[in-house]
Amino acid sequence: MSLLQVRDLSVIANNGGRDVTLVDRVSFDLAEGEILGLVGESGSGKTMACRGLIRLLPSANLRVQGTAVSLAGQDLLQLDDAGMRAVRGGQLGMIFQNPGSHLDPLMRIGEQIAEGIRLHQGASKKDARLQAIEVLRQVGIPDPKARVDNYPHEFSGGMRQRAMIAVALGCNPKVLIADEPTTALDVTVQAQILRLLLDLRDQRGLSIIMITHDLGVVAQTCDAIAVMYAGRLCEHGSKYELLAHPQHPYTAGLIDCQPAHSSGHALLRTIPGQPPLLDALPDGCRFHPRCPQAGTLCAEVLPQGARVACHYPLGERP
Amino acid sequence: MSSRPLIAPWRLRLRFGFRNGRLTAAWGLLILLAWLALALFAPWIAPFDPIAQNTDMSLLAPSLAHPFGTDNYGRDILSRVIWGARIDLQLAVVGVIFPFIIGTFIGAVSGYVGGRFDSFCMRVIDVVLAFPFLVLMLAIMAILGPGLKSFYIAMALVGWVSYARLIRSQILVLKESEFALAAKSLGFGHGRILFRHLLPNALFGSIVFSMSDAVLVLLNGAAVSYLGLGVQPPTAEWGTMVAEGQAFITTAWWICTFPGLAIVTLAMGFSLLADGVAQVLGDRS
Repeated sequence: MSLLQVRDLSVIANNGGRDVTLVDRVSFDLAEGEILGLVGESGSGKTMACRGLIRLLPSANLRVQGTAVSLAGQDLLQLDDAGMRAVRGGQLGMIFQNPGSHLDPLMRIGEQIAEGIRLHQGASKKDARLQAIEVLRQVGIPDPKARVDNYPHEFSGGMRQRAMIAVALGCNPKVLIADEPTTALDVTVQAQILRLLLDLRDQRGLSIIMITHDLGVVAQTCDAIAVMYAGRLCEHGSKYELLAHPQHPYTAGLIDCQPAHSSGHALLRTIPGQPPLLDALPDGCRFHPRCPQAGTLCAEVLPQGARVACHYPLGERP
Repeated sequence: MSSRPLIAPWRLRLRFGFRNGRLTAAWGLLILLAWLALALFAPWIAPFDPIAQNTDMSLLAPSLAHPFGTDNYGRDILSRVIWGARIDLQLAVVGVIFPFIIGTFIGAVSGYVGGRFDSFCMRVIDVVLAFPFLVLMLAIMAILGPGLKSFYIAMALVGWVSYARLIRSQILVLKESEFALAAKSLGFGHGRILFRHLLPNALFGSIVFSMSDAVLVLLNGAAVSYLGLGVQPPTAEWGTMVAEGQAFITTAWWICTFPGLAIVTLAMGFSLLADGVAQVLGDRS
């Protein structure tokens, strides 16, 4: 059985008495030590799905629905607020895009790491500090014994990202949600951070959900990929299968948009049209107005499918 | 071009000191410390007993024996000003601390909890603000009776509103901040997030405000004493001394002038410190 099983997770916004579904019945599995890349363009609901998972929705108008979200056999949807607080950090950690603003500017790095350790593992102040130094060393901060007493503003961008990973790791979570962890960093630091995440997976058996819109990041790090479009999961599979032989036309379009794939052309390829507004979704498949091979069925019936949500998938897999 | 710096390093440092407000804060602190020293060592510094009357010596102009002159009861003004520092410093500090604590707590909780509790707190603040500050204070002090204790109580009841509004507006911004989200993602409870993470980040503004507020409290205390509700004679207090000297302003100017100058310098000390600290903190963030 997988470590994390998500079944039909929806996030619904109540907009002046009318419900708008932002994330629509998303299901996926995550095994121990697996890295899943959640890919999609801005507004496709990838961040919202993960915020729903950890139940940190940005507004009181949003609510979560679903059949089950089970983490190590425990159904998170059944937990109350206090139960969820124990899961957050301790079992389900999260790191964010902008490390500078996600650290408390007035607290020493070491204290921020130690605070979570003390809360979740009941460690003493002295032990927590020693553990904090150890975690800082693991995430590759040089001279952690001295750096543990620094404030966030004394760290560089890449070091802050490492520090934020250290804060999340201090609580020893089983699953780490990484919400575009490298978007704010330059390319060399980005490569270091991705390397770090891979090392942590290997050393600790950490499972990671990596939210990103960068297929390059996915290709370097992930084991599996889930592609989201307009709040729906449209394709889900192993990295090699999905990148080499995409079956959903949207996935194929995304891969085609990569600059490397259109090197012979004067213009970058794009997918024509705009993603639909979530309160004015088209009937049938949500991608059909932009799809190059939409048939009559596509405009009428919403395609279901755990692996590929498409009526006319591109070429069968070899 | 030579690589020699255009400005000598020591001058650079001096300029830097000017610009980021450290010097301003240092001057303010120096004035406050000077008054504090005078207050602490009053019994040894003051040349005469501040309340001993001597009608033979009344209304003497400033001289070597009495540098600030004497009042209508023949009391030495210099000694009274030095002893008065004890009362007036206490007035400014205690008169700020209680409103600060009460206002910070109510403002923080109100901003963080939001909803109906927040609206309730805001309406209470509106009611307090609807009355002129001094009128409300005088009303409360008239009920409690004159004296320093009722001044502090009245200050706490009226003064917390400014702190509450300041802190609340900061918390409203900070609770949507990304590090608050990060704290939630670590499973921290509301109390820990509010008091350990949000509040320390919200305090800068109120700390600076509290120092300039000390000036207002000091003037308020002087005003209330002047009106006869604060410190009671014969205790030496600057506001009361100004009030008592008023009758002799045309014949003996020194009775009002020296305690008045004392109020001005102490207020300036608080003001300079507040400005300097605001600049230093502003530069940093």
